[in-house]
Amino acid sequence: MVNEYALLLVGTVLVNNFVLVKFLGLCPFMGVSRKLETAGGMALATTFVLTLSSVAGWALHKWLLVPLGLEYLRTLTFILAIAAVVQFTEMAVKRTSPLLHQVLGIYLPLITTNCAVLGVALLNVQEDHGLVSSALYGFGAAIGFSMVLVAFAAMRERIAAADVPVAFQGAAIALVTAGMMSLAFMGFAGLVR
Amino acid sequence: MLSAIVAITTLAAVFGLLLGFSAVRFRVDGDPIADQVEALLPQTQCGQCTFPGCRPYAEAIVRGEADINQCPPGGEATIRALADLLDREPKALNPDNGAEKPRVLALIDEPRCIGCTLCIQACPVDAIVGAPKQMHTVIAAECTGCELCLPPCPVDCIDLVPADDGIAAWRWPEPDHGA
Repeated sequence: MVNEYALLLVGTVLVNNFVLVKFLGLCPFMGVSRKLETAGGMALATTFVLTLSSVAGWALHKWLLVPLGLEYLRTLTFILAIAAVVQFTEMAVKRTSPLLHQVLGIYLPLITTNCAVLGVALLNVQEDHGLVSSALYGFGAAIGFSMVLVAFAAMRERIAAADVPVAFQGAAIALVTAGMMSLAFMGFAGLVR
Repeated sequence: MLSAIVAITTLAAVFGLLLGFSAVRFRVDGDPIADQVEALLPQTQCGQCTFPGCRPYAEAIVRGEADINQCPPGGEATIRALADLLDREPKALNPDNGAEKPRVLALIDEPRCIGCTLCIQACPVDAIVGAPKQMHTVIAAECTGCELCLPPCPVDCIDLVPADDGIAAWRWPEPDHGA
């Protein structure tokens, strides 16, 4: 049992990485990776929200949609739940830890539109996960996202100082780098499942 | 069909109530004293007080981590106002933070500007307009004279000129002490 959960976690973080293998959550991956600090803030905020909304999505699906036979309303319901969780998180964090709120600040509301968050909730349903696997799946996805985002931001900071040909400057070299990272992560394929 | 409408409406209402309740429950009361202190500061955002802006300095004063005499742009008037508000003894400006000077404005010598945008990034109040490889200029009404745009300029094309605050702030030029 524990072994299965560990495999799920490793599988989500490395093998089926949400950004580099499933290509979800690319907007924050490109958008906030210009500086290491902002990337760290975004990673923290996403980890928190992704885990929470993954569980919330599972609970809503199991106890509201399935009993009423409304599975076709998944997307609408999950978006509703994610938006509410994000707003609630922001208020709670602002109250309990102003310091953390200063760090995460503008990134919290941005997460509402992060497709990885909706993706995790929908994949949970598709793969028929239980409560613990849902939470682990969300957490693993978030850890994978954070790791890749921070690593990518570190690389972009170095690229900013490198002598890049004019035609490749800016977003072009960033996308090339992201593609190479994705290729590198294909090396993990076959580690689990 | 009906169950779908009822379910989603109920769900939305529950989330709405939850958020409304938590908005009341988790309301953050700002620090009223910090607000009052900040209102007295000159809002130059120059950082001469060693804090990153006027708001952090105001909060540091309220927490007791900073003294009231660290604001050169505000000068004696600000120190007195702060002393009144906080019921402390007014004291002289701390020379470590700088000296009180008449209000100045940054002025870009436009023919020499190379359009590097470095001063735009340094400006804490977004008072400089311009684009890469285009000439920049300072919006005089927004400039606080904080001098933060001087060090990054690679061609030294920014000068500080005395601010023209109108007839009310005019004073006689100081006598020439020179030889």
